[in-house]
Amino acid sequence: MVGRLSKRLAHGALLLLFAVFLSYVISSAALSPRAYFEDRQPRPSAATVDHELALLGTDDRTPVLERFGHWSWRAVHGDLGRTVDGGSVNAEFGRRIGVSTRLLLVGTLVGTGLGVLAGLWAAVRRHRLPDRALTVFSFLVLSVPTFVLALLFKEGALWFNQSAGHTVIRYTGERTPGLTGSLATHLKDRAAHLALPAATVALGAVASYSRYQRGATLDVLGSDHLRTAQAKGLTPGRALLRHGLRTSLIPLTTFFSFGFLTLFTGAVFTEEIFGWPGMGSWFMDSAQKGDINSVVAVNLFAAVTVLLAGFVADVLHAVLDPRVRTR
Amino acid sequence: MTAAKVLDVEDLHVSYAGSSRTPLPVVRGVGFSLRRGEVLGLVGESGAGKTATALALLGLLPPGARVSGSVRLLGTELVGLPVRDLARLRGRRIAMVFQDPLAAFNPAQHIGDQIAEALRIHQRPQSARELARGRARELLEGVGVPDPSRIARSYPHELSGGLRQRAMIAMAIANDPDVIVADEPTSALDATVQAQVLDALENARRATGAALLLVSHDLGVIAGAADRVAVMYAGRIVETAPVDALFARPRMPYTLGLLGSVPRLDAAVALTPIPGGPPAPGSAGPGCSFAPRCPLATEACRAGEPEPAGSEGHLAACVRQDALAGRAAADLFPASAPLRRTSPGGAPLLRVAGLTKSFPLPGSSGFRLRRKPAEVRLALEGVDLEVRRGETVALVGESGSGKTSTLMEIIALGAPESGTVEIAGYDTSVLSRADARRLRGSVQILVQDPMASLDPRMRVADIVAEPLHAQRVPKETIAARVPELLRRVGLDVQDAERRPHQFSGGQRQRIALARALAVRPELLLLDEPVSALDVSVQAGILDLLRRLRDERGPACLFVTHDLAVVRQIADRVVVMYGGRTVESGPVTDVFGSPRHPYTRALLSAVPLPDPAAERARARIVLPGEPPGAGERSTGCRFRGRCAVYTALGEERRRCERETPATNGAGPPGEHTSACHFPYDAKGVPARLRPEPEEHPPVR
Repeated sequence: MVGRLSKRLAHGALLLLFAVFLSYVISSAALSPRAYFEDRQPRPSAATVDHELALLGTDDRTPVLERFGHWSWRAVHGDLGRTVDGGSVNAEFGRRIGVSTRLLLVGTLVGTGLGVLAGLWAAVRRHRLPDRALTVFSFLVLSVPTFVLALLFKEGALWFNQSAGHTVIRYTGERTPGLTGSLATHLKDRAAHLALPAATVALGAVASYSRYQRGATLDVLGSDHLRTAQAKGLTPGRALLRHGLRTSLIPLTTFFSFGFLTLFTGAVFTEEIFGWPGMGSWFMDSAQKGDINSVVAVNLFAAVTVLLAGFVADVLHAVLDPRVRTR
Repeated sequence: MTAAKVLDVEDLHVSYAGSSRTPLPVVRGVGFSLRRGEVLGLVGESGAGKTATALALLGLLPPGARVSGSVRLLGTELVGLPVRDLARLRGRRIAMVFQDPLAAFNPAQHIGDQIAEALRIHQRPQSARELARGRARELLEGVGVPDPSRIARSYPHELSGGLRQRAMIAMAIANDPDVIVADEPTSALDATVQAQVLDALENARRATGAALLLVSHDLGVIAGAADRVAVMYAGRIVETAPVDALFARPRMPYTLGLLGSVPRLDAAVALTPIPGGPPAPGSAGPGCSFAPRCPLATEACRAGEPEPAGSEGHLAACVRQDALAGRAAADLFPASAPLRRTSPGGAPLLRVAGLTKSFPLPGSSGFRLRRKPAEVRLALEGVDLEVRRGETVALVGESGSGKTSTLMEIIALGAPESGTVEIAGYDTSVLSRADARRLRGSVQILVQDPMASLDPRMRVADIVAEPLHAQRVPKETIAARVPELLRRVGLDVQDAERRPHQFSGGQRQRIALARALAVRPELLLLDEPVSALDVSVQAGILDLLRRLRDERGPACLFVTHDLAVVRQIADRVVVMYGGRTVESGPVTDVFGSPRHPYTRALLSAVPLPDPAAERARARIVLPGEPPGAGERSTGCRFRGRCAVYTALGEERRRCERETPATNGAGPPGEHTSACHFPYDAKGVPARLRPEPEEHPPVR
């Protein structure tokens, strides 16, 4: 099994290389840092623009493969290059990675956990009110784009705060700037800021995971081995918890690796709307500026997290299902 | 029999929720009782309500099923008992063995832990986990599982079907239940393994003194294992009797017809397919539900459903039971003529020699930087067989012996890995495009599951016409041929406009046969064509295939695991074991005096639908498990399970080192076997005979 997983990691590394290459080539083709510099007031001379572009390593007169070669050479040595504003991509990366990771981690855990529980509940109460309500809820959430959801939440919070007369729900930034106090105060402040963005990211996950978990649980509820568990003397509820839950989670692991991508995309908009200085908002800003190096850095982060999610899904699959452990 | 009643079922009704909110009754007023230590066989065809009855006893019917009536277990009424109280009885007082042991075990838990759980659920206070695990190993040992410690630590998918089912029995008897319900416990198993499992079940029952309700469609199994038999039809028990009386003097026409449609291993007999089919649930008329198919039915039969009546514990729900006395099945139902065994002696049509086929192991193929030679498992290790024009050859063996792989290699019309396939004089490895196209029409295949092989959206007429279109037959000819084909396989011409889902299993197999016959093939390959069918339907298909043969239809290569079917239909038989041909010859010769020890064991494992003969019969219970596709091996693959090998002295080296070649050389089609020490015509192994002079040197 260890051999199989390390093989998966090696495959993942190959995929990562390919993803980074693609993102470099595509962003080089789609973004124009030259236009960004030329639009500056006062308009810089052509020589200045060329000089700036050469410094960034994004001079469009050099062939793209050569540029990629230079970029990778530096990247291998731990340098992701400079932003169009002259800052270090590495430094920006370091500032933002924690913000995004916190949001993604909480969003994934809450989304998956609640989704599984909701799906289980709906399956057990099939065709009754809770199931039908959850179905309607899921389809509503799934048919609303994340950014609309985020804006709705924000408006809702605004209205709520206004009617309450003071700020109950925070909806801007990751923390209150200049807050002083104990660790507990800081944690409370962070949690208050996290609530809405995390809910936005998690809600889509809850909606889709609950649909899958409902289906998987229904399959298990009709399975022979659950009937055997009852024939042994377990009550239906205990049989489901002891024997059904684990087998119903097996198909979900595959879905997890794909679902994470959707969740990631949702997080990009969520960060932007709630003003979180994370990877997603960095991506939006730098794409507007034609900042190729920053866009590639965000893509690198996305590729690593998505592949990591896939690897975690593989490990979970093997833990849950002994049938895939052979060899 | 005066043992105490442990289970008493009265007027049990089960209905499932129908699509249009009308409940569909599947069990209608079933009543029986079980005494301590007794085995009651519950037989019937699919849809008769056997499984619903069995599940209703434990309250395990799927949600939406409605149950009424009474099930009393040791005086406790189970129908309507709260789930909590029912759970306390399940597994402790009444336990169940299910049909498919792979699906019935939790795939993600060790076998031993699942058995241990069955013990600990009912313990107050619960014993230590380790203690329960130890008891689980004892239970596994008790059902004859070799190396119980290893098996206890295995997952279900790591075990063979026979081992899994024995583990299931061990789990059922964990708490010394008073009643064991076994629902088709051996239907998914090979005959040789079936014998092992039935032995394990019988020993388990004796050890616990429990009563056993044995649900089966297999009259042979019932004849050997049951004390009393109840026959179900359309949701009711139509006849109950001690096992000998039921088989010797059935009092209900349905039972008689059922017995008459079972093929027998010991003789080729005229089978009596019962015309028509059972009524769909909910559509049974006011009278006896068998009346529409019954040749003895009168007005009285159609007036009302008859109540069980009779004497000496032999009850039949039939008003005409006196009229049945002394009649044989063939007097009532249209019997097919027994097989005229001619020796067709035609020219060879299909010749397979030394055929091999291997499959790469999962995970050993695909992208890798350094190419390692792929690890393979051999499915076929040397198959020899021959089919001559006009004859029917049966290919038999346990599952995993390579029967289906052989068919697939033949129909691929390609170059085999090694060995040769010759059809009508053409070597398939060197076919020109034109010849391949012609051969494709002359070799047709019929598979086990007709529903899976028929496009559900196509009309029967289009299904049957499709191969003709592929062969570019003119439209007018096709229009004329389709009705003719449908008539030939016993379908109505009007059926051409219907779609596959509107037909029963047997009728679907007829559609598939009509399609196969459309292009007038020379060779018909049949892969378990009757295994999924009930016996009364199976008899009709066998009869049809036999008529085809008599009309000089295509030559048939018939794959089956059922040796009784072989006796009914085939001229010659080829026995496979572990991917090799081990014996072949005319059916009468091979079945009459089998030479290979494996063939002997295979034949002895087939239960006879005759209680007296079944009890008297000596069974060779093979040790071990049938091999699947294996690694390349030397010597005889059967030796690990072979009684002759075990009894041999120094000579056994030969079995280990030399792969037995086909001996008994004579004209093709004669009786041959691939064994170093075959049995002779008197059933004596060769090792007991004086050694022949020119003994080949041991390498």
